[in-house]
This record gives sequence, structure tokens and C-alpha cells, in this order.
Amino acid sequence: MNLTLKIWRQKGPQDKGRMVEYKVTDISEHMSFLEMMDVLNESLVAKDEEPIAFDHDCREGICGMCSLQINGEAHGPDRGITTCQLHMRMFKDGDTIYIEPFRANAFPVIKDLVVDRMAFERIQQAGGYISVNTSGNTQDANSIPISKHNADLSMDAASCIGCGACVASCKNSSAMLFVAAKVSQFALLPQGKVEAKDRVKNMVMQMDLEGFGNCTNTGACEIECPKGISIENIARLNREYLAATI
Amino acid sequence: MTTLNSRIPEGPIKDKWTLYKDKINLVNPANKRNIDIIVIGTGLAGGSAAATLAELGYSVKAFAYQDSPRRAHSIAAQGGINASKNYMGDGDSNYRLFYDTVKGGDYRSREANVYRLAEVSGNIIDQCVAQGVPFARDYGGLLDNRSFGGVLVSRTFYAKGQTGQQLLLGAYSAMNRQIARGKIEMFNRHEMLDVVKIDGKARGIIARDLITGEIERHSAHAVVIATGGYGNVYFLSTNAMGSNATAAWKIHKKGAFFANPCFTQIHPTCIPRSGDYQSKLTLMSESLRNDGRIWVPAKIEDAQAIQQKKLKPIQIAEENRDYFLERRYPAFGNLVPRDVASRAAKERCDAGFGVNATGEAVYLDFAAAIKRYGTEQAKIHGINNASTEKITELGAAVIEEKYGNLFQMYEKIIDENPYKTPMMIYPATHYTMGGVWVDYNLMTTVPGLYCIGEANFSDHGANRLGASALMQGLADGYFVLPYTIGDYLADDIRTGKIKIDSPEFDEAEKSVKDQLNFFINNKGTHTVDYYHKRLGQVMWDKVGMARNEKGLKEAITEIQEIREDFWKNVKVPGSLNEFNQELEKAGRVADFLELGELFAKDALEREESCGGHFREEHITDDGEAKRDDANFAYVAAWEYTGKPSEAILHKEQLEFKDIELKTRSYK
Ligand SMILES: Cc1cc2nc3c(=O)[nH]c(=O)nc-3n(C[C@H](O)[C@H](O)[C@H](O)COP(=O)(O)OP(=O)(O)OC[C@H]3O[C@@H](n4cnc5c(N)ncnc54)[C@H](O)[C@@H]3O)c2cc1C
Ligand code: SF4
Ligand code: FES
Repeated sequence: MNLTLKIWRQKGPQDKGRMVEYKVTDISEHMSFLEMMDVLNESLVAKDEEPIAFDHDCREGICGMCSLQINGEAHGPDRGITTCQLHMRMFKDGDTIYIEPFRANAFPVIKDLVVDRMAFERIQQAGGYISVNTSGNTQDANSIPISKHNADLSMDAASCIGCGACVASCKNSSAMLFVAAKVSQFALLPQGKVEAKDRVKNMVMQMDLEGFGNCTNTGACEIECPKGISIENIARLNREYLAATI
Repeated sequence: MTTLNSRIPEGPIKDKWTLYKDKINLVNPANKRNIDIIVIGTGLAGGSAAATLAELGYSVKAFAYQDSPRRAHSIAAQGGINASKNYMGDGDSNYRLFYDTVKGGDYRSREANVYRLAEVSGNIIDQCVAQGVPFARDYGGLLDNRSFGGVLVSRTFYAKGQTGQQLLLGAYSAMNRQIARGKIEMFNRHEMLDVVKIDGKARGIIARDLITGEIERHSAHAVVIATGGYGNVYFLSTNAMGSNATAAWKIHKKGAFFANPCFTQIHPTCIPRSGDYQSKLTLMSESLRNDGRIWVPAKIEDAQAIQQKKLKPIQIAEENRDYFLERRYPAFGNLVPRDVASRAAKERCDAGFGVNATGEAVYLDFAAAIKRYGTEQAKIHGINNASTEKITELGAAVIEEKYGNLFQMYEKIIDENPYKTPMMIYPATHYTMGGVWVDYNLMTTVPGLYCIGEANFSDHGANRLGASALMQGLADGYFVLPYTIGDYLADDIRTGKIKIDSPEFDEAEKSVKDQLNFFINNKGTHTVDYYHKRLGQVMWDKVGMARNEKGLKEAITEIQEIREDFWKNVKVPGSLNEFNQELEKAGRVADFLELGELFAKDALEREESCGGHFREEHITDDGEAKRDDANFAYVAAWEYTGKPSEAILHKEQLEFKDIELKTRSYK
């Protein structure tokens, strides 16, 4: 198929940036979206033009490196997947595709489609851990049984890949789903209970410091989240936060 | 000339590690503060090491090329992690895990290291649970286990199909705690481009800030390389796009020996390639072989009809299917080790029985498992005379619970529903057992330079068993290196800060800058990927699943030609002082072009078949790999002398005192 691409180009953080139009031809429906971008980049290099910078690494939907707002949707039109898992069969011949970086004040653009997500790092550093030393002098793993139900819910929350799609798809640029995922993972496990209060307070405080917006429960994040992190986690975060602050 | 000393401690194998730890030199807590350690890579190995070293009190600087430690390729590991907990009560023990690993590795690993690995494996699970890793549990609330290839017990712990992710997030959280305390300084989006040696010891690195392009100097008392494997030398592999050998190769050029480069794992269950634009291959976890049965049509005419899309797999009757692993290896069936499974699939496809348009795929079929689980569930729920549909529905739900994310991944890529039609799979490059040579302390042949995780050669011999890489990465990082490095650093307590304004740093920085400048100014004709793909093709065709003398010799010449062409005609756009992904790739491919040659040379030298290394000249009458213990029971450790073709071979003879050398049989 033949496609028209309108892609955000921005030299660096200071540059204002703009949309630039490109044409690609002979795209196979079996290609992944990023392979289509590779084809475009190879042709740009051949023409002595600068290729388009975009983040990616694992290309199997787990590292959270890829981003992209495609036709206005974080990770594109398909559900439950990341951009790197998107395939061209979702598009048809003659389509125009708009490709932009994830937009949020807390995610400044580094170049073209690449954004800086260090704010997420700092939130994790504020409390996304259980304070146990890695010495190996811990008790036997089976000494505390954990109900399968809670272990499974914890696992579902823990499957967040830190991509930032929740922020990019929220009109308030809120990071609540991301923070709630980590808080919930630990809140559901006995190991996480000890520091639960400090954790939720510190992570929420850091989130606010980073300039993410407030959550108004629009639910957009849950729809675009590639890992199906449920907004029930946000409710759990709110309960934890309330319990920690009263 | 450096000689090899593996520094294996004295004593019976069961006590070596304990006795050794008792006698090892320690650094007192007050002194640790003044000792700097650089850790390159924050996957399971580097992440766990960085966190533990920081906890012990050392000042750690950690580096990763991604924008967060959480994105290291360990995140992609699906299936699980082994540990000899014997929670299932099926007779597991440290010895059995040790034995399985040595046997699975086709007797080309070092006994003492492997035993230590088995010994600390249980601790890893305790540690991870304490950190909040949500492993799968049974209804009683205890940890669940599954089986992996090459073993007869269930010892694999898992977190859905995302075990690597959860373990890495555990290590990442431990790192975050130390980053917050200021004990780890984290350098994201930084790439190490060389190591700096002063008086023969590793004392620092040269790194490039990938955002600004700035070249930086960092000094330390010891440097740890944890940069993962070199599978991308094949261009297509299950590794991440950025996975690379640059750190390992650069230290090799500075004196670290490179061991067994030809020991590479081709994983049997990957999604087949679909076209020339293919950028990577996706693994379907080995755990699927617990429930999936592998087959091709028994009749060639059926296979051809399938290739032409005139026939569907479900139309082929049971008796016309060839479950070739169950046929050839009745004892282990679909759970034979990876090298055996991969070669068997290749054999069938080469004979014309492949099942997709390219003829390079076999089926992995869940119909029998769905039926079996469905029937079991019907009984549990007291449903009498359940209909076939009901049974399928119940069975599919069990399969979804176990492998849901893998099935979803498959469907997104291939656009077929694997609950209804068998998956198509084909072998792909997945893991590299070879790597930087290290001694028992995990130190390379350069003092003060350590190598851990997939980047080193140590524990898996010529073939790695499933779920053992995660185990090794975390064992190295949490429990081994933090002890052994103290033994070396104990001599450094009076050294003081290492200065970065020395001739050694000047020189290393200059050579890094020269290479980068060359790329930008060369203005050649072909892109970096063009060369990478050419190299990959040669590697796959001639240094892939089956190798022979003629092919290997051709490969060496062809790689040399590609390399020469690359240095003349490569084209790298953009400039130095900016975010420049093509420039990053250029450096990595330059190193793969050298490593590829050493790889082929090593394969040529090793005139036997063992594990993942299959030489067509060395096979048994029934087509199995034929090892030659009399002549090749050694680790081939290569010393760099200026060119891969001139590398000098050093042999570390392997002694088997606790396990009898036997022909590996899974029949
Ligand atoms: C798809 C897949 C599935 C797998 N499944 C399993 C499984 O189920 N069980 C199992 O046991 N094993 C599995 N493995 C193998 C296992 O995941 C890896 O061997 C292991 O995770 C490697 O860990 P590592 O820490 O050595 O390296 P990695 O996790 O690859 O980390 C490498 C680190 O080095 C950094 N780095 C690299 N080069 C540089 C440089 N020049 N400068 C700075 N930083 C650099 C990277 O940023 C990264 O942080 C799987 C592998 C793959 C690819
Ligand atoms: S919650 Fe979902 S969308 Fe947000 S960072 Fe995690 S995986 Fe991405
Ligand atoms: S590249 Fe890793 S999730 Fe997309």
C-alpha cells in the first residue's frame, strides 16, 4: 500500500518543531509500524536527509521504550498493544497517518518523536520499592502464603511498562495510572504493607512536583494503556492515600 | 602473555563456595565509601549488582543506553527462572540442578561455577519474593512451578509470561532505593565506548551521552561489564534492536579474552520471518512446549499443499501428522533441550516438510492440551457429558490463564488465532553462551575488570537450559560478584580517587572521538543497516544451525570483505553533538563485523559437535551431535592481537570430577 505520513520534526528541545509530509510506497500489510518507519528512514538516509528519531528497543511490547501518538492515539489505533506491536494491516492504501511524540509538560521533546520520561524515574525513586536488602538473608519464599487472588491482582498491576501512554492520552496529563500501578502492586502484598503509607505519600508528592495534572477520572488512560492496567488501581491508590494522610 | 588461571578454590564441590567466602578479603564499611565501581548495563546482572554493591556501601556509577534501567532486554524474558527449591517434592536438589545444567551444556562448562549457581539459586527466589516480585501462586497461596526443556523436574518459577519483566523490576526497585539515597549515580542514555586501563588495571571508561553527544570520562577502582549477549551479530534475533557487543568487544581489544564465541543458542520456538523488511524476531516462550505439540505433515504432498495455502493444518488427520520430537526422542518428547529441538525442526524443513510459504516453519499445536484441560475442568466443575464446545471453552480458558499474553502477541503479529489453529514457529538466534572469559571471581583477564550476566561465558557451556539465564544474571549480581569483588578491592583502600586527567584517559578518549569523527565525515554510499543485514545473512547461512569447514572458511573471507567495504563506504548522517541513532548503530555494527569473524574462526577451530555448535562433519550415525571429549573438552579463550584473524587461542582445560562425561541422550 501507499501512504502519506505527516510526522513531527523537531531538531532539539529549543526548536519549535513542525509537521512534515512524507510519502511511502509498497508497504506490506505484514510489516510492523516501526518497520515501516525503518523503510522510510533508510530512504531518507539514501537521499542525504536526516532520519526521523524515535524511541524503540525490544520491539515486542515489553520494554516500554517505544511511544508515538498515531492519528491522535497513544500507541495507535489498535488496543492492548504498544506502537512496536502495531501492524500495517490496521491501515489501508491511501491513508494519511499523523505521527507525533507523546505530549505532556512533564515529557519534554528531546528530538523529533523522542521524549524525556525522567519524571517517571524520579517518581519510582521516591518510593517504588520495598526496603529490603539484597543480602540473601531473607526468609524462605514460601513462609508467607499469599492468596492467589491478591498475587494475581498484584501481578496485573505490576505489568505496567512505564511507557507513558496514560499521560499522553489524558487531557490533564495525569500520571495517576502509572503511579497507581506501582502502589497497588505493593499494597496487595504483605511484604509491601510495612512502608505502604510512606510509599504512597512520597510517590504522589513527587508526581505533583513533576508537573503532571490532576486525575478527573475520565478513564482515557485505561483505554489507551497497552497493558490493560485497570483504573481500579487508581481507586486503590486513592484509598491508600487517604489512609496514609489521615 | 597472559595465562589463564580460573582460580577455582580447593575442596569438595559442595563446600568450595562456603569455604572460599570464609577466607576471602573484605573491605571494611568505612573504606567502601571511598571506593568507586562502574557498572555498565542495568539488566538483571548489572541492575542486581549495582543495587547490592551500593547497599554494601560502595559508590556506584551505573550506565545504560536506554532511558531507564527498567528497559534492559532482561525485561523481555518470558518463561521463568530456575531454582532448586524442591517445592514440588519431585526430587530436586542443588546437585540435580548442577547436573542438569552441566549435561544440558553438553559438558563444556566449569563445574565449580555451575555448582555455585545451583547453590545460590534458592536464595534468589527468597530475595525476589521479599522485594515484592509477584510470582505465580497456587490456590493454597504457595509458589507455583512449571517445567522447562532438558529436565525431568518442575523447578521453574514464573510470573505469567513476564518473568524477566518482574525480576528486572525487582532489581530496578532495589536500584531506585539506592539512587534515592545517592549511593548509585545513574547514567541513562549513555553508551560506554571504551575501557581505560592504568598500570594494567581497569580504572575507568569513556562514554557518550546519547542525548547531547558529549564524550565523558568516568573513573573507578573497578569496572563491571553487564551488557548482555551478542546475538544481534545475526542481525535478526530475539534480542532488542539496541542489544550489542560493543562494551564486550572493546574490552576484548584491551586485553580481556573472549571465550567460545561460537556457542550460540538458536531457539526453536520463534515466530517465523515474513519479509525482507523484518527488523527482529519474536520468541514464543519455551514454556509453551509444556503443552504444545510440535509437528509437520508426514506426507510431502500435504506439506506442499499447505505451503501453497491449499490445505489447512486442522484438515490433516492425526495419523498423517509427524510429531517428530516425540518420534525421535520418546523420553523427553517436546521438552528436549533447545539445540536438539531446533536442529530437528531444521531437518524436517530442509527435507521439504515446512508449513508456511517459505517452507521455514513447523507447527506448535495446543489442540490436545485444550482438550485435556477442558475435560479435567469439566470434571472439577461437575459437568457431566460436557459438549465438545464446552470442553474446548474450558480448556482454552486454562491455556489463556497460562500463556494468554504470548497468544495475544502471536495473534497480533501473524493475524491468526492460535487457540483455533496451530502456531507456526521456526528457530531463531536467541542467546549467546560464549562471551568474555572470566575466572571463578567473575574477573576477566584484565585486573579490576569484571564481566557478569549473558556477557560472560561462564555457566552454560555449549547450550543453555531454559530459565537459567535469569538465574545466572541474578546469581552473579546479587550473590557472587558483591563478594568476589571485595577480594580485589581490599588492595585499593589507600589508592584514593582515580584521576581522569591522565594520558591513559586522553588516549582512550582520542581513539573514541577519532572513530566517531570518521563515521560522520565518511559520507559513503550505504547505510549501516545495509552492512548489518549482509553480515547477518552470512552468519545465518554459514555460521548458523549447522556449520562445516567449507562454509566457515567462506564466511571468514566474506565477513572480511564486508568489513572492508563498511570502512570505505558506510554512510552516517547527522552530526556528533546531537541525538544520532545512526551513529550509535555504526559503532555497534563495526564491532559485530569483527566479532563475527572471530565467531567463525572459533567454530572452524572446534572440530566437534556440541550443544549449539553443530559441525556437519561430526555427527553420529543417527544424525546426532558427536562430541570429542579427548580433544575439545576445553574453553577456547581468544586473545586479541590486532585483528580477529590473528587472535591467539588459549585453552582452559575442563575437568569433570563430580559428573561423569557422557554422551548426552534425550531418547
Ligand atoms: C525474548 C527473550 C526471552 C528470554 N526468556 C528467558 C527466560 O524465560 N528465562 C531465562 O532464564 N532467560 C531468558 N532469556 C535470556 C535472558 O533474558 C538474558 O540472557 C538475560 O536477561 C540477560 O541479562 P543481562 O543482565 O546479562 O543483560 P541485559 O538485560 O541484556 O542488559 C544489558 C544492559 O547493558 C546495557 N548496555 C549494553 N551495551 C551498553 C554500552 N555499550 N554502554 C552502556 N550500557 C550498555 C543495556 O542498556 C542494558 O542495561 C530470554 C531472552 C530473550 C531475548
Ligand atoms: S499504566 Fe499503562 S499506559 Fe501508563 S505507563 Fe503503565 S503501561 Fe504505560
Ligand atoms: S519497543 Fe519495547 S515496548 Fe515497544
